[in-house]
Amino acid sequence: MEEASFLYQAFIFLLAAVVGVPIAKQLGLGSVLGYLVAGIIIGPFAMGLVGQDVTDIMHFAEFGVVMMLFLIGLELQPKKLWKMRMPILGLGGLQVVITMVLLTLLALVFDLHWKMALAIGMIFALSSTAIVLQTLSEKDLLRTDAGKSAFSVLLFQDIAVIPMLTLLPLLATLPVESSQSVGHTELEAWQQAALVFAVITGIILVGRYLVRPIFNWIARTGLREIFIATSLLLVLSITIAMQEIGLSPALGAFLAGVVLAESEYRHELEVGLVTFKSLLLGLFFITVGASINLELLMQSPWLILLLVTALIVIKIIVLMILAKQFKMALIENLLFSFALAQGGEFAFVLFSFASQNGVLGQDIISLLTVVVALSMALTPVLLIACEKVIIPRLSFGKERREFDTVDDGETPVIVAGYGRFGQIVSRILRSQGFDTTLLEYDAVQIDLVKKFGTKAYYGDVTNEEVLRAAGADTAKLMVIAVGNQEKTLKVIDLCHKHFPHLKIYSRAKGRREAYEQKKAGADIVMRETLGSAVILGREALMGLGYRKYQAHRTATAFYHYDSQHLEELAEVWGDKQYVIKAAERAEMLEAVLKADQADSSAMRRAWNTPVSLEEEESDDEENRDAESDGAELKNKPQES
Amino acid sequence: MTTRVLLNLVHPIFEKSWANQAMLEAIRDLDYVYVNDLYEEYPDYFIDIKREQKLLLEHPLVIFQHPFYWYSSPSLLKEWQDLVLADGFAYGEGGYQLAKNHWLNAITAGAAKDSYTPEGFNQFSTEELLRPFEQTADFCGMNFVKPFIMYEAETISHSAVEKEAIRYRDYVDSLAKSLDLLSDDEPVEED
Repeated sequence: MEEASFLYQAFIFLLAAVVGVPIAKQLGLGSVLGYLVAGIIIGPFAMGLVGQDVTDIMHFAEFGVVMMLFLIGLELQPKKLWKMRMPILGLGGLQVVITMVLLTLLALVFDLHWKMALAIGMIFALSSTAIVLQTLSEKDLLRTDAGKSAFSVLLFQDIAVIPMLTLLPLLATLPVESSQSVGHTELEAWQQAALVFAVITGIILVGRYLVRPIFNWIARTGLREIFIATSLLLVLSITIAMQEIGLSPALGAFLAGVVLAESEYRHELEVGLVTFKSLLLGLFFITVGASINLELLMQSPWLILLLVTALIVIKIIVLMILAKQFKMALIENLLFSFALAQGGEFAFVLFSFASQNGVLGQDIISLLTVVVALSMALTPVLLIACEKVIIPRLSFGKERREFDTVDDGETPVIVAGYGRFGQIVSRILRSQGFDTTLLEYDAVQIDLVKKFGTKAYYGDVTNEEVLRAAGADTAKLMVIAVGNQEKTLKVIDLCHKHFPHLKIYSRAKGRREAYEQKKAGADIVMRETLGSAVILGREALMGLGYRKYQAHRTATAFYHYDSQHLEELAEVWGDKQYVIKAAERAEMLEAVLKADQADSSAMRRAWNTPVSLEEEESDDEENRDAESDGAELKNKPQES
Repeated sequence: MTTRVLLNLVHPIFEKSWANQAMLEAIRDLDYVYVNDLYEEYPDYFIDIKREQKLLLEHPLVIFQHPFYWYSSPSLLKEWQDLVLADGFAYGEGGYQLAKNHWLNAITAGAAKDSYTPEGFNQFSTEELLRPFEQTADFCGMNFVKPFIMYEAETISHSAVEKEAIRYRDYVDSLAKSLDLLSDDEPVEED
């Protein structure tokens, strides 16, 4: 397959994904399994549509895992991460150590040298971040206890790779085939440590102080693709930096994500990267499928099957016991344990590293690679079995704990467009203690309001994902104050399609725009000039000598009648052509004026305190006696 | 069914008034009562005079349910009186259109009943204090019926409030029956 050009390969991979994933989804198997099976089918050992060199593509696709961790980091403010320190260190740490010991012992049973056994134990102790997180997020389990614990363990494993990379060369038993190594292992330990420290500090500092102005500057250009390119560049730079010092790029990206979790560009970064992440992850899963060496599997099926089973069972048992110690509910525990019971993508990296350093021989590595890949492919199947077969059989039935309260980011109101208009709306709401999520597409504006201590998020509100990330699923109201008709209509449409529970309050330029927005389905539409024009009209009346209250009443009358007619006309608008609309408008204006007149004649009659028509009011001397006067007056006006 | 009793609810902080909520809740048992929540209809005091007058003409008994603010009512009711009971409608030439209507104040008062006595700190009886309403009704030719008053509305127990609310409902119901508002021959409809 040497002639396989890049385009041809891309074609095959995309085709496999496009055919495989929807089918798998339809069968209820989830996308991961779809990718894996598609990979097996197009792989060198089945149809052979892609070359033997899938491992190169796999390493490229691993960038998807890095991006995934970056995106997860974006969701996780440092405070939340700090709260997770116990599960990360406790659960994660114990999982890695205990699993490593047990697997090492198992390897010793196979009569391997203890150094080899230890290396294998280490490598197999890791699980697959990509498979686990993708599968859990697809099942919407990431926010459950099981999901969060699984994530903690995976995070610790990413950290654990650092000492593993340091230790592996010490376990060499075979002649070293090349001195090439991952990272600068030839440095002294303290130098290495200092380097690691420096790079991590660098990432944090850059994320905190440099990234914001850069994005700011980029956002000002208004070029969306450059913004996305910048996001990609950011993640890529971290990856390279981490690889240079021999750390897990995923870990570095995660860290950078956490640092940026509080930046106003969070939503936009998410949106820009999420597609790339998903595609690359898909590609990664396909390559995992394609790399399963079916020939080897055919040669020694029983041995491989035994190893895969042993790996999965040992992992599940360790995880279950630990989860129980950490007081996880049984159902969560099962999900958690089944989710993490596989070898991880880091095994592939560590295998090649181990082979370079003469720790493991090529024959063992090819065998174990199949074991890892198979265990990965089995994870979605195991989870389905767990969900569909095991959990329903538990006598406690299906009750799962409510989704955990990670809701400190939820606000009842989303304000799209934080310009002068949105600010007033939002400030009124906030004054009453209602939190608002502010979205704004103008970086300059974001900067401006930041100076006043308000945080608006940078994001394109006509993007469904931005709205979702802003919490449209849980919010109650959507205030659209963007002042652009096309965008406003788009947002109204999006809300109707994807978030039908949201009540929509929208800003319209004029009458025509208001009609269109009403038609599109906005609940409350307000013309942006109406309020201020009415008030100015009131002021003008005062300037002409009206007493303030009269002026106020007249202006208010106009406001009420005008709004009312707008409501009425909105329903007929759009059915016919402009001419008719214009006629209606004229008719309506007349109606407003008439109504106004009718009202002012009513007002002239108002406040005419009933006076006695026949006699002068008895004077104002004593209030307390008014009662007796009243008695006298009682019937007189009636006769008049 | 067509409603026969108009309940003009006048409370600027209805959401915080347990007593008024209980009263409204009880009155909802009577399906011939039309509830007109004035502060909800006219938050900006811009009263739709025509609508209010029409409602009055359609309902022979009008209840004003309100707290006893400064021995009277919340200010919106005063605005309502000033605008709705207008010359040429409620009195004057072409007026007295409400001459066959009945007027009922349903009041929640914070103080105890015995404070509305010459010895009590409120000095005057509620009867005396309500004279402006009585005279207004009378001036328009309306029949001012005995007010309903719930005393100590903020301090009595919830169960006592509920009891008072039931008393309120029964009072209105008995009024509607004794005034013969519910029979089919419609008394007043627009002239």
